[in-house]
Amino acid sequence: MRVHIDQEKCCGAGSCVLSAPEVFDQREEDGIVVLLDAAPPAELHDAVHEAAAICPAAAISVEQVERV
Amino acid sequence: MTTAERIDMERATGTAERPAALAVPAARADGCPFDPAPGVERARREDPVTRATLWDGSSCWLVTRHQDVREVLGDPRFSADATRPGFPFLTAGAREIVGSNPIFIRQDDPDHARLRRMLTADFMVKKVEALRPEVQRIADELLDRMTDGRTSADLVAEFALPLPSLVICLLLGVPYEDHEFFQERSRILLSLRSAAEEVRTASDELQDYLIRLAESKRQRPDDGIVSRLVARGELDSTDIASMGRLLLVAGHETTANMTALSTLTLLRNPEQLARLRNDPSLIKGAVEELLRYLTIVHNGLPRIATEDVTLGGATIRAGEGVLCTINTANRDEDVFPGGDTLDVGRDARRHVAFGFGVHQCLGQPLARVELQIALETLLRRLPELRLDIPFEDVPFRHDMGIYGVHALPIAW
Repeated sequence: MRVHIDQEKCCGAGSCVLSAPEVFDQREEDGIVVLLDAAPPAELHDAVHEAAAICPAAAISVEQVERV
Repeated sequence: MTTAERIDMERATGTAERPAALAVPAARADGCPFDPAPGVERARREDPVTRATLWDGSSCWLVTRHQDVREVLGDPRFSADATRPGFPFLTAGAREIVGSNPIFIRQDDPDHARLRRMLTADFMVKKVEALRPEVQRIADELLDRMTDGRTSADLVAEFALPLPSLVICLLLGVPYEDHEFFQERSRILLSLRSAAEEVRTASDELQDYLIRLAESKRQRPDDGIVSRLVARGELDSTDIASMGRLLLVAGHETTANMTALSTLTLLRNPEQLARLRNDPSLIKGAVEELLRYLTIVHNGLPRIATEDVTLGGATIRAGEGVLCTINTANRDEDVFPGGDTLDVGRDARRHVAFGFGVHQCLGQPLARVELQIALETLLRRLPELRLDIPFEDVPFRHDMGIYGVHALPIAW
């Protein structure tokens, strides 16, 4: 899995941090999303998918990466 | 034929009679104070993008399903700018004050984003999590006072309302001793029954109060949000007052009503209450479920189309108003099976009780923490908690823009 964020779109609602705090954080100065782990381990995939689904600003996208 | 198809046909032929539209806000059914109005629920099942008539005789689209509501609120072609002609207003008062002292929830990006981003850091998750001990202390002190030598009280007046009022005052730097002044103005602003002039006066008085407060922070700065907005130097006192007004009203009315209504809902669902008492680790999920089930912003979120948009088979034309009924979206069986039943163990995170899109509630991390602490503390400290009047006599807020109860007499 590869996670992408769009800080321009982000509205700082913080729901991603509640869903997957290991993967997302908020910038100290303005609460905008910060990516902590762009390639999170499998056990966090559900939480990341949930974070992407509930993001109100569609600022999170998830790409499935084929394992080689 | 759905309303959408009928209207498309009318447009094509230019002849047919206008179909009878649903009048909104629609009344809830007698004896079902926790459920959305039957007419709007029926629309969700049978005719999910339909026409509605507002109080002033104007009409708008009603969008009732979860997926459609998310699409509208997440699509920048639907504007939140209330100054656009045709914007659907829920009350005469809301229309009356639209031009003066705009607030960013009724503006579009980039203005909205610029103003909102001045506040997002204050409400971000880690900032709000750090407030837990303070919120807990306030909750405990209020309950100490409420239960001191007594066995009954009004939960709204003594706990549900003062808790978020004290917290938002602390964050903003507003003196809590002025709470009667701003709570009364908030009540007028949120009442569906207020006359337009009353709303204008209440809004102006609140605005003047906050302008004076911002001015006073120039002399005596503190660590509150109002003072920091002043220190930032990017906004004048009028703009700061508009932001303060939004945060002050939204910051206490919503959590206050969710706290009292949630308590009543749990008392009416004793099995769910017992589950929560037996396993306090359910509290976070239970709060999400209560937000979903109760959706106190019960009359919908207004938008206006800036382009023609096809939605659920209907063509919404540029300039037409749209009302997204988030309370029916949160009962949508496609997303929440058995959605008319409260289930504190449900994964309700996809609810839209805080709205959706870039305008989604800024204070939601704070609302969550306040509700988790308020409900957990109340249930833990009052094991004998019960309603102190017949359920039929509970004064529900049918007359208010934010639903809840005017009072909740309880005993323990």
